[in-house]
Amino acid sequence: MAEPMGFYTDTTVCIGCKACEVACKEWNQLPSTNGGVNTLSGDSYDNTRRLDGTHWRHVKFIEQFTESRVDGRWLLMSDVCKHCVHAACLEVCPTGAITRTEFDTVVIQSDACNGCRDCIAACPFGVIDINPVSGTAQKCTLCYDRLQAGMEPACSKACPTQSIQFGTIKDLHGRAEKRVEQLHQGGEKRAYLYGADEKMLGGLNSFYLLVDKPEVYGLPPDPKMPTRNLASGSWFSVLGAVLIGLIGIFNFRDRGARAEGEEERR
Amino acid sequence: MNTVPSSTFFSAPPEWGWLIALYFFFGGLAGGSYFLASLIDLFGRSQDRPLSHLGYYIAFPCIAISGLLLTVDLGRPERFWHMLIESNTYRPLFKPWSPMSIGSWALMIFGIFALVSFLGALADAERIPWPAWRKVHPPSLLGRFIAVIGGVFGFYVAGYTGVLLTVTNRPIWSDTPLLGLLFIVSAASTSAALMILLAEKSRWTMPGLLDLHRMDAWVIALELIVLIAVMVSLGPVLRAWLNAWGLLLLFGVIGLGMVLPLALYWRSEKRGEQNMTTTAALVLIGGLILRLVIVFSAQGV
Repeated sequence: MAEPMGFYTDTTVCIGCKACEVACKEWNQLPSTNGGVNTLSGDSYDNTRRLDGTHWRHVKFIEQFTESRVDGRWLLMSDVCKHCVHAACLEVCPTGAITRTEFDTVVIQSDACNGCRDCIAACPFGVIDINPVSGTAQKCTLCYDRLQAGMEPACSKACPTQSIQFGTIKDLHGRAEKRVEQLHQGGEKRAYLYGADEKMLGGLNSFYLLVDKPEVYGLPPDPKMPTRNLASGSWFSVLGAVLIGLIGIFNFRDRGARAEGEEERR
Repeated sequence: MNTVPSSTFFSAPPEWGWLIALYFFFGGLAGGSYFLASLIDLFGRSQDRPLSHLGYYIAFPCIAISGLLLTVDLGRPERFWHMLIESNTYRPLFKPWSPMSIGSWALMIFGIFALVSFLGALADAERIPWPAWRKVHPPSLLGRFIAVIGGVFGFYVAGYTGVLLTVTNRPIWSDTPLLGLLFIVSAASTSAALMILLAEKSRWTMPGLLDLHRMDAWVIALELIVLIAVMVSLGPVLRAWLNAWGLLLLFGVIGLGMVLPLALYWRSEKRGEQNMTTTAALVLIGGLILRLVIVFSAQGV
């Protein structure tokens, strides 16, 4: 197995140019318009709005302005699949279409997926959606085809500010920690890494440098695995079956016997 | 967005809609009716036999409809078999930790049991001229065996759907471990209601019908307790129901489908006459609305 590969995204240097979105669409041959209709959001420079089956990269524009708009800032973040080490989508997928590659990335095989959409409900980040062209669930593959050919993913290659960096996870962790230290020394004390350590789903192979709470970026503060509920949910169901069984037996056997006894007495 | 009650609010909706809500309803009816039929076969009186036949007559068509609904709902319906067989190796695929994976197997196995018992019931009632099929129907040993195993699978099919919703990261669904329990209890109450409705329509008067009616009242009372437990277990997430869905849950499910049937039951119990049809119809409608609310209320958040 090759070394685990991933993305480190430094949101502080993202300029919102969306070159990553375009590069992703070009390489992966994703349609650029929604059936020829280019819908504008109307209230933001962000017209992509969310990750879905035909948008595997999405630059989020978070506008933090005061009421008078005298003071404010843009938070820009290029969102993508997190390629979780403990991946919720892979865990629930009933067809085996979602696999882990030799690069420790998570890929949906479109020819095996049957569009049941369990992975969409399972992903804690809302990354996956159905691609209407294929009828299957799709998301970022971390350019698996390029990786196999020894190339870097299209988005990080296209990023002009090195906000999206590609490399081995070990190397990226080192770079990210240095950058956090540099920002802290420069006075930006809010800088921290999201998903870099193993506490979050075993580690995100696409992790982020953020300067505000995760919720502000639309990221879950405490993402969990779907199977956390499997044992408790199953045992409560067994309890339900036992209770119904007892109620049934009580109503049919006990009363049945009593009724027959009454008939005999008559 | 800064004050969401749970990390589940950052996931995306899977667009499971009408087809899935209806599947939950029909799957519950299939599993519940089969279970009730086997219960009547094993513990009921001999004159209740037509009632158990009725349960098997309901179970098979309902599970067949369920399979159809699930297949049509897929993005690629022609690949429905990928749920059971790995498409590139043609080996069976079984992931015990994925409710949809085991559920697909359970659905298939239960479907076979439902078909066998359906034919057994038809033969037992002499509606088809295949006397050999009587052997798969109780009281024969084989028939009892089939009824018990099929009943267990019926419960599984009725309950796994709730666990399936719980094993996701969607708000409401994955914020309580009680949906499987709720669906199993609801499957029992709606199945008893449907059997009562059809039996009343045929003007049957066997004593088991009253037992079933009384049992349904017990089950609805249990269902009400479970639904309240679901709400309590949701904690701060409960505010996701502060909308039209919550109102529908309160008036459509709890009011119309639980409290009113219970009140009607107790009133007629006092008077000594039973209006089972109205009560059963209300329970059935309440069960359907329950599935709709559970499925759709987690879509918009």
